[in-house]
Amino acid sequence: MTIDQLEKTASQVRRDIIRMVHAVSSGHPGGSLGCADFFTAMYFEIMDHDPSFNMDGKNEDMFFLSNGHISPVWYSVLARSGYFPVPELSTFRHLDSRLQGHPATHEGLPGIRVASGSLGQGLSVAIGVALSKRLNGDDKTVYCLTGDGELQEGQIWEAVMYACHNKVDNLIAVVDWNGQQIDGSNDDVLTLGDLPGKWESFGWQVMHMDGNNMADVLKVMAEAKAALGNGKPVVVLMKTEMGQGVDYMMGTHAWHGKAPNDELKDKALAQLEETLGDY
Amino acid sequence: MSEITAYDKKATRDGFGAGLAEIGASNPDVVALCADLVGSLKMQQFIKQSPERFFQVGIAEANMMGIAAGLATAGKIPYTGTFANFSTGRVYDQIRQSIAYSHKNVKICASHAGLTLGEDGATHQILEDVGMMKMLPGMTVINPCDYAQTKAATIAIAEHHGPVYLRFGRPGWPVFTPADQKFEIGKALHLQSGSDVSIFATGHLVWNSIEAAKILASEGISVEIINIHTIKPLDEEAVLDSVSKTGAVVSAEEHQRHGGLGDSIAQLLMRKMPVPMEYVAVNDSFGESGKPAQLLDKYGLGVNDVVTAVKNVLKRK
Repeated sequence: MTIDQLEKTASQVRRDIIRMVHAVSSGHPGGSLGCADFFTAMYFEIMDHDPSFNMDGKNEDMFFLSNGHISPVWYSVLARSGYFPVPELSTFRHLDSRLQGHPATHEGLPGIRVASGSLGQGLSVAIGVALSKRLNGDDKTVYCLTGDGELQEGQIWEAVMYACHNKVDNLIAVVDWNGQQIDGSNDDVLTLGDLPGKWESFGWQVMHMDGNNMADVLKVMAEAKAALGNGKPVVVLMKTEMGQGVDYMMGTHAWHGKAPNDELKDKALAQLEETLGDY
Repeated sequence: MSEITAYDKKATRDGFGAGLAEIGASNPDVVALCADLVGSLKMQQFIKQSPERFFQVGIAEANMMGIAAGLATAGKIPYTGTFANFSTGRVYDQIRQSIAYSHKNVKICASHAGLTLGEDGATHQILEDVGMMKMLPGMTVINPCDYAQTKAATIAIAEHHGPVYLRFGRPGWPVFTPADQKFEIGKALHLQSGSDVSIFATGHLVWNSIEAAKILASEGISVEIINIHTIKPLDEEAVLDSVSKTGAVVSAEEHQRHGGLGDSIAQLLMRKMPVPMEYVAVNDSFGESGKPAQLLDKYGLGVNDVVTAVKNVLKRK
């Protein structure tokens, strides 16, 4: 896809996110909007993946979402890229839906390989998958997205230490570095300090990316992939704006986990072009 | 009926090590992980045979459970090894979300369970693990009684698709089940027939129940002994068959009374066949340092405690 096509797709994904969380008056729009460009690039351009979906993911790139609360962006992109019918997005967070509040395998939603939501666990799972690929002689790449506030979980650093020691170099971790979490900014709640320095000192190759600039996402993710296979895991510190694309949701943590009312929903949708057709 | 006798004395953890090596040699999908306790878990032979399929994760149990979930996602059959305490309570949320809720085919292999860990004391003597694990939907919970059964169970769980909690222990313990047995998950073993009372025992307490039954026999009390190696799913038919004959029950386990095998049996009997029942289990208490036999006696899990429980239940019959 061209950058223009990807940006148009991301605009539709943002509309889906707003409409999903508005319809059930719950969910997490802020981080979902911030990551819309990244998810769109991953599923429509970067990853070699199969929407017919096999759990074991043999011979394809595999993606793991550790900060499961931004499920709306993942569901939208999975549906729009062919994993399940787009109208199913309307069942988000409803009873008997496959689109649980946080991603789960239990209901059999294609595209999801492990439950996430309780934070800090996804990177470990992604490492396990990367080790399996190595055992199987499968040269595809494993990706894992974590939040930034999520890095306050101790298990993350167990995983970070492990990946370096064991040279897990078929894995790219991406951190959604929007600087916000539920109770405020990272710096107010529990500062991440020198985040690049932390990863570097744990032996990872660190890259920086503007997660709300499609051209930069494509460029840096390509560089990250090219850096694999050199004995070091790679992390991309992705700067995003929580609430990106909806003016009143940007620059604050207020929309981390809150849905807009009817009026604010309309105000948001007025800022987001309908490009692929609403569900 | 001939008396049950022990033909050897070995630790159940050695049975795990032997079983892991055997299944590792025959099934290339089996992988193993350990959190810095290779020697304690007796995993050396597996590592020697298949170093590329072994993952040393260091003292990082949460990460180990996550990596195991990932390996299972991609089709491997991971066996995790650490102490029972660090296999359950320390990583409950990782097991709950990444393994149980996500239907991952992970075998959580837990050594040094219960009081018989001995001198290390209560920090390591977990007595709540069976309760935690059996509450997780879809989790199979197995607590074999001796070396030979642990070895057979370790091999058998590779053929079962789904998460398993396999619990075993540290001390040398009488070996009395057949060396060449085939382990059937969920199938209780009828060890001895009797008519007065049914003892349902798991883990190390099976042997104590056998010893107790010998004493009781000399006093004219006829004891039926059923080995419940699989606590979940419980072999309800075997329990009800035995109880319909004896009409009195003692459960015996190296675990808290709350949440263990006894509670599973009591729940079944309450619904289907209410009869008098006594527990041999730890009564809402932590353990302490000491020798395994001393600890079992002090906390009410000794041979004499089984004898007393049987006599008490018979009074209520």
